[in-house]
Amino acid sequence: MVTSVTSFSRTGLSDWLIQRVTSIILLAYFLLIAYQLMGSVDYTSWKALFEHTWMKVFTLMAALSLAAHSWIGLWSVFTDYLTERMLGPKGNVIRLCCQLSVSIALVAYVIWVIVIVWNY
Amino acid sequence: MLWALDQSLASEASFLALTETLTSPLAKVILWGTASFLSYHALAGLKHLVMDAGIGETMRGGVIGARAVFALAAIAAAWWGVALW
Repeated sequence: MVTSVTSFSRTGLSDWLIQRVTSIILLAYFLLIAYQLMGSVDYTSWKALFEHTWMKVFTLMAALSLAAHSWIGLWSVFTDYLTERMLGPKGNVIRLCCQLSVSIALVAYVIWVIVIVWNY
Repeated sequence: MLWALDQSLASEASFLALTETLTSPLAKVILWGTASFLSYHALAGLKHLVMDAGIGETMRGGVIGARAVFALAAIAAAWWGVALW
């Protein structure tokens, strides 16, 4: 069996499951944030919310989910469209450059979230 | 968005400055676009989960599902507009 070297978990079946589990975590997180922002938010209540340990953990879970979800989603797009078949010999170079940029950005986002949430 | 989260938690002054920035007309349009796109993506994703459960996998079901997602996404976009302005 040939395994893919740049997919998130190296197998499609587990990428499929991770994509769905992370989607539920992200949906729950964004619904919570939207609900909070719909009411009247002031600095005190907003800061109090992020002082709870469960909110810090939930935020970190959402950041990790976003990283995995984006990796899997963009891997699908890049390996479908940024290929030798679609773009000629340059396809592989362009695809790997895009994947490298995306993965560096995602790691940076996760670190940034950790810094923000555990700093204040 | 992470920059906004950072500013919203850093201090009361930066929270108020952020409120000012995000309520400007251009920022509202960007927020509306982002929220509407995320709603559409979430609804389309939910349709995928429903189809994973084996519901609506026929040609007819696919068309109905896609139309339902478009309709709900349009309602969500309108709702974000009302909420923001």
